[in-house]
Amino acid sequence: MNTGTLRKILLFAFFSVLCLLILVPFYAVTIASFKPGEDLIRYGLNLRFDLSAMSLDNFVFLFTGEHAYFTWFFNSLLLTVVQVVLTLLVSATVAYGFSAYEFRGKNLLFVCVLLIMMVPFEILLLPLYTLTFNMGLMNSYSAIILPGVAGAATIFFFRQYLRGIPKEMIAAGRVDGANEYAIYARLILPVMKPSFAAMAILNGMNSWNNFLWPFMVLSDENKYTLPIGLKTLLTPYGNNYDLLIVGSFFSILPILALFLGFQKYFIDGMTAGAVKG
Amino acid sequence: MIKNFLYSQKVAPYVFVLPFVLIFIIFWVYPLLSSFGMSFQKVTLGQEASFIGADNYTKLMGDTIFFKAVRNSAVYMILTLLILIPFPMLFAVLINSKAMWGREFFKSSFFFPALTSVVVAGTIFRLMFGEMEGSLINSLLGMFGVEPVKFLKGQTTGFVALVALASWRWMGVNMLYFLSGLKNIPDDYYEAASIDGASAFQRFTRITIPLLKPTTIYVLTISIYAGLAMFIESMMLWNGNNSPKNIGLTIVGYLYRQGIEKNNLGYAAAVGIVLLIITMVINLTQLAISGMFKKEED
Repeated sequence: MNTGTLRKILLFAFFSVLCLLILVPFYAVTIASFKPGEDLIRYGLNLRFDLSAMSLDNFVFLFTGEHAYFTWFFNSLLLTVVQVVLTLLVSATVAYGFSAYEFRGKNLLFVCVLLIMMVPFEILLLPLYTLTFNMGLMNSYSAIILPGVAGAATIFFFRQYLRGIPKEMIAAGRVDGANEYAIYARLILPVMKPSFAAMAILNGMNSWNNFLWPFMVLSDENKYTLPIGLKTLLTPYGNNYDLLIVGSFFSILPILALFLGFQKYFIDGMTAGAVKG
Repeated sequence: MIKNFLYSQKVAPYVFVLPFVLIFIIFWVYPLLSSFGMSFQKVTLGQEASFIGADNYTKLMGDTIFFKAVRNSAVYMILTLLILIPFPMLFAVLINSKAMWGREFFKSSFFFPALTSVVVAGTIFRLMFGEMEGSLINSLLGMFGVEPVKFLKGQTTGFVALVALASWRWMGVNMLYFLSGLKNIPDDYYEAASIDGASAFQRFTRITIPLLKPTTIYVLTISIYAGLAMFIESMMLWNGNNSPKNIGLTIVGYLYRQGIEKNNLGYAAAVGIVLLIITMVINLTQLAISGMFKKEED
């Protein structure tokens, strides 16, 4: 056996062990969702695969039992879709403004975009909280959607993408007599399609998993999103493990399916912010 | 007339960026200024605020729980930097080598944890690091004859769980950042170095590390931000914002406790301003040292 093959085997073995470590929590949750919640309270989350203790009871309860899980699930879905569509449209429009024109104040405004990426959102929680309270928007989805509509990272990514589009295209549009907005809507938006996919998935993933700000705004159980609903199953007085574990497991599935179908776009979206040398 | 004005090439760019300007002013500038103003006031939701000068800041400087929170956030940030920069970089280089089987498979599996919400991931880790003999981590330790550990009751062991959670969720993502950075290094550099007789280690330290610098700076910047702003991870591990002896309390956790739980908004705003200053100072220093600002000039 030559050294090249040996190296291959060693590398493969090393990454397999690492991979196993990373996947262990998923395995533990998967088998736990087939065991009664009582088992979890007594033994903790474990790796024991014991077919006799396992059943579909939790899944039956998830789909037929009395709880608000699917209300939360559809709230999350609705909020995610609205948030993604709005963020993409607004951010793409802004990014086009930044990349297609030279105008007074452009650099200053772009520094503001970068600033948003550097100021911890958490310090704005309290003033946003009082602002939302004073505007009477508590417990409403608009309070969750609005602050994120001009997503800094999304604007940044679209601007990078638009740099690759030849200026001649815009000039040609003008020669043909189209106005500035028609050029954007008819010529540029269609060209941006591939970049929309990456940003839709990244924003969708963030929105689906978003927790802190919605948690502060929403108080009506029927308006909860999935992460908030799951969080409320944990209380200082006792935890509803039966629903929590199977609900957690089930909440990962849609995004996992999306990931397996659109891997490339997840990765494009994730690495979009990383500056090139 | 109005139509002609709006349609002109001078005005159109402002129309395009208008949504950003509005949102920036309403949801960033205004809250930031009001946060700054609030930090000099005594504020309770629904009541008239009163100006109290720098009292909040003076009180903060003598607040031992606040300093505990700052220390926890700082330690967490440093530990995540020590783990989540060198290891993903090394793994990216290894996985990128020509002699690698199943590269795509490993890349995907390492990314999986990033798909979970912090609520779900936090719950899983809380149960994994449970104090019972049968809990995942304790049962593994048991195989080596170690007595069950009450992870979430101690400062050090609590942080083990916290940092494990962060490493698990972000290892794959940071690895992807480095992989995309590696793509920009031309193969010729390595070939030329090999011909000149450079060892693999020399190629790594002389070519890979320097040319990955922009990626490293980016990962460093977002990790500093994320480390200092961490809150929900701790809230999920300890099932609330109250950990024994505040072992898991972070700066944002303290801001939340004072502002939302105790309705002491002015004091909490002061905590936020201190967090802003710490973050900006660390990040701007880091960017200045790494020469980011210089690069933009030339």
